[in-house]
Amino acid sequence: MSAAAALRLSPEDNVVVCRRPVLKGERVEVDGHVLIVADDVGLGHKLALVPLAIGDKVLKYGMPIGSMTQAALPGSWVHMHNMKSDYMPAHLRDAQGDRA
Amino acid sequence: MTGAMQPGASWQGWLRPDGRKGIRDGILVVYLVECAHHVARRIVEAADDARVQLIGFPGCYPNDYALAMMKALTTHPNVGGVVLVSLGCESFNREALAAALTEAGRPHETVVIQRAGGTRAAIAAGGAAVARVRADADAQAVRVPMGLGDLVVGTICGGSDGTSGITANPAVGRAFDALVDAGATCIFEETSELIGCEAHMHRRATSPAVGAAIVAAVEHAERYCRAMGYGSFAPGNAEGGLSSQEEKSAGAYAKSGNRPISGVLVPAQIPAGPGLYLLDVVPPGDPKFGFPNIVDNAEIGELMASGAHVTLFTTGRGSVVGSAIAPVIKVCANPETFARMHEDMDVDAGRILDGAATLDDVTAEIVALIQRTAAGAETKSEALGHREFVLTYKATGPAGPSCLAA
Repeated sequence: MSAAAALRLSPEDNVVVCRRPVLKGERVEVDGHVLIVADDVGLGHKLALVPLAIGDKVLKYGMPIGSMTQAALPGSWVHMHNMKSDYMPAHLRDAQGDRA
Repeated sequence: MTGAMQPGASWQGWLRPDGRKGIRDGILVVYLVECAHHVARRIVEAADDARVQLIGFPGCYPNDYALAMMKALTTHPNVGGVVLVSLGCESFNREALAAALTEAGRPHETVVIQRAGGTRAAIAAGGAAVARVRADADAQAVRVPMGLGDLVVGTICGGSDGTSGITANPAVGRAFDALVDAGATCIFEETSELIGCEAHMHRRATSPAVGAAIVAAVEHAERYCRAMGYGSFAPGNAEGGLSSQEEKSAGAYAKSGNRPISGVLVPAQIPAGPGLYLLDVVPPGDPKFGFPNIVDNAEIGELMASGAHVTLFTTGRGSVVGSAIAPVIKVCANPETFARMHEDMDVDAGRILDGAATLDDVTAEIVALIQRTAAGAETKSEALGHREFVLTYKATGPAGPSCLAA
């Protein structure tokens, strides 16, 4: 597959979107950045492109999609464990047994 | 894909007395309270005809929204005739609905279970009514050429994930641009899934009044969602890589394309002219009857009530639903989902991710499929027998400024 494993949707973005599942330790080149993937991350999930600090706005499509609640290094998975909505809380199921 | 029509090509539709044209000629059996649901379902089952479809409203208490929705849905241009099934003592204003059908020139009959003599007699009476209404609809059918400019196309997303906003949704957005350019009417909705996009939408409004209405609608949606405690963000969205309501919104917003926004509609309001419209699905005021729409088919119902002939449904996680009345075209965003669920998916937009297709390839496929569907080809959900429908209570308010359409 020739396409890069991750996609930066807008030049302002500080996260990239995985075009396929990526594995911990994998080297991903995107938009002039080289990331070493820190976690196994699924298709459609996000990786930090640059170091992100607590309180930083997460930018995707050039738009803020929430704020960091934990710091993240480049290549780290960015999701609900380290970022949150600036608008309203999300709800989750406890068990995700169907994802085995 | 095969048999793509050329732009401007036309097909044969059904001309209705109000001047609108339909792409299907459905016969609706409508239960007016849950107590009539079983009888209505048996009438539909006995008809054994994909054209005969079941819709209904479960509540016994009256509701202006439900009546307006039912009037709009039963006089939808895809509907040729209607059989109403009433228990007899419910509050639904069946006389007003029947009067609207008469005014719209639709063959219709009403079966009242308490008058007919109970379940068995009402099922028999309903079956006979369906046969008469269908024959009347056929006798008065007027077939006319119809093209893209006659179409009203809606879009929703369901089961969104991190791929929705980069494959299926922008492809539908470009299809909307092509449809609007061809003179069609396009409707996007899910006001509560546009939270965070209001400033950008404001810049696309055709007038200051429309721009103000857009911002007001989204601000109200946010207040409403806060009061309810939830946005539209569901567990599956998170599993698919979305982390916040506004991230989901940004991806959902891509479905609207890039054309100017001509107006804001309320459910069951028909657009004043061609162009792109936002359907504000969040009811006015403080939460009264609960969530604005409990599930995707409630939103599809509102798009249909505002005239949608066909709905483009983008999905990442993999919805399987279709709809009564108007075909649903499933645009699958996620290649892993498509591999598992291809029998339910009309378009494989996930090919964009690995470079197997461009956004424009998928856009052209969507527009061609709309034309084939309008010409009578079954969508995947139609062929699988999906005819979902749900209508619940909602508060109503004044209509939006679609009359300000340029």
